[in-house]
Amino acid sequence: MISTKRKACIWTMRLLTACSVVLTCGLALFLIGYVLASGLPHVTWTFLSSSPSILSDRIGILPDILNTVYIILATLLIVLPLGAGAAVYLTEYASSQRLVSVIEYAAETLSGIPSIIYGLAGMLLFAGTFGTSLLAGALTLVIMNLPTILRTTQESLKTVPQSYREGALGLGAGKWRTIRTVVLPGCMDGILTGCILSTGRILGESAALLFTAGAAHKLFGFFDGLMNQGATLTVALYFYAKESGEFDIAFAIAAILMLLTLAINFAAALAGWRFKKRRAL
Amino acid sequence: MGRRKRAVETAVHGAFLLLGLITVGCVLLITVYLILSGIPAIRQIGLFDFLLGKTWASAAAEPSYGILPFILTSICGTAGAILFGVPVGFLTAVYLAKLAPPKLKIVVEAAVSLLAGIPSVVYGLVGMLVLVPGIRKLFRVPDGASLLASIIVLAIMILPSIIKVSVTALEAVPKEYEDASLALGATPMETYFRVSVPAAKSGIAAAVVLGVGRAIGEAMAVMMVSGNVANMPSLFQSVRFLTTAVTSEMSYSSPGSLQRQALFSIALVLYLFILLINTALNFFLKRDKEG
Repeated sequence: MISTKRKACIWTMRLLTACSVVLTCGLALFLIGYVLASGLPHVTWTFLSSSPSILSDRIGILPDILNTVYIILATLLIVLPLGAGAAVYLTEYASSQRLVSVIEYAAETLSGIPSIIYGLAGMLLFAGTFGTSLLAGALTLVIMNLPTILRTTQESLKTVPQSYREGALGLGAGKWRTIRTVVLPGCMDGILTGCILSTGRILGESAALLFTAGAAHKLFGFFDGLMNQGATLTVALYFYAKESGEFDIAFAIAAILMLLTLAINFAAALAGWRFKKRRAL
Repeated sequence: MGRRKRAVETAVHGAFLLLGLITVGCVLLITVYLILSGIPAIRQIGLFDFLLGKTWASAAAEPSYGILPFILTSICGTAGAILFGVPVGFLTAVYLAKLAPPKLKIVVEAAVSLLAGIPSVVYGLVGMLVLVPGIRKLFRVPDGASLLASIIVLAIMILPSIIKVSVTALEAVPKEYEDASLALGATPMETYFRVSVPAAKSGIAAAVVLGVGRAIGEAMAVMMVSGNVANMPSLFQSVRFLTTAVTSEMSYSSPGSLQRQALFSIALVLYLFILLINTALNFFLKRDKEG
């Protein structure tokens, strides 16, 4: 019934598809296996809990870990109100379709800009004012993550049933009160998803931080840290690998980053799954 | 409604409007700053000498600032990454959207998300220690840090974007199309490739354009495997991309010098490329929604 030529064609496509899938999965497996195998043996407690010291010939990444945490916290603290607020404006207030499409177009543009451009813009905009510091880095990342938070919050706001808003308005609440007490609590899961995605992106970011946050490895508290230069884990990895050729340390950091990436992917999947489940109710 | 309550509402409305406009403000700010800092060097060097000059020697006694090698390298590197990345990504997307059993789909999707989440410096590190020596041994070249290494790393890095956007497009194809094709006697495989894929072609085009944008903008991973010498693009030679040209010299160029200004001009050229790609992306996404 089916000619040999057709059969050959079908089997070729099937074979090529299978090869592609195996290649994709194989790459992911190889990367994670290779990085963990070469990195984990070098991860020790001293490595995680001390700062580097030339005097005692010790290399530790505690400052880099803290810098990463500080920059994630600072970025999220600033970007959450901005991004979520913009999303609220777009879905709840905006009446002019043209303005909505301008803002959405701007968000699309932002999400397409590569991180090295953000790095330069951040250097011009923020590092000039605040000096090269974690704060300048965080502000750069705020612009970068704005579209992510905006989009996830907006999607979540759209799924809050219209009847909730009508109910609140019908009971005499003003628009702001409705948003504050009914709409925003209803879209918390979207904001949470946005936070997880942004955390992942900040964790992996390096090009945007190279010229804004600097490359120091000193221990600071949160506020002092923000005002000073500091390398995040990725930037530290880059310098250890490219500038000083210390591949054991680079791989140890890479292994830690890999585990964190896995954890974030898992959290994102979990949040997405709960999100879906709640919507299905 | 009380006057006070109305005042509060107006104030809140205004505040949210302001938050909404911040996004637009950021785009404008970045654009204006990049243009303002990119123009001076271009004016001083001359647009043609800058864009079409074949030698970049910013540290020489008689410096010359021609970025044609960077532009061509970025184009070749991106084209190469697309050449390798798109077929694999596209076929994986067809598998995920149409063929995969649910359990396997979860596994493959997890692998794709992992590829998307791996920091670019980790790709660079693995490329530096696996790919670069591998190319050196396999092709017997003096140095494996080359355009080829960058192309392979970029191809892997753009895979997840291509797969995710293509899957979304393929899953949105109306089931009636496929049913009609199956009812006419086409096998499932033929249906997916002859009916579903053409129906999703705008979305798949968008995926390719997104991949182009990702590849042309990647800096750190490429920095670690490309060797970073301002040669004209050639597969086994060390090359420098637009992104790496900026990254590699920014830290030691002195503020205000022509060298630093020229670096900002390179960034401006890169930005213009990105804006062009974004416009194409929006065009395809819009057509996909309408189609």
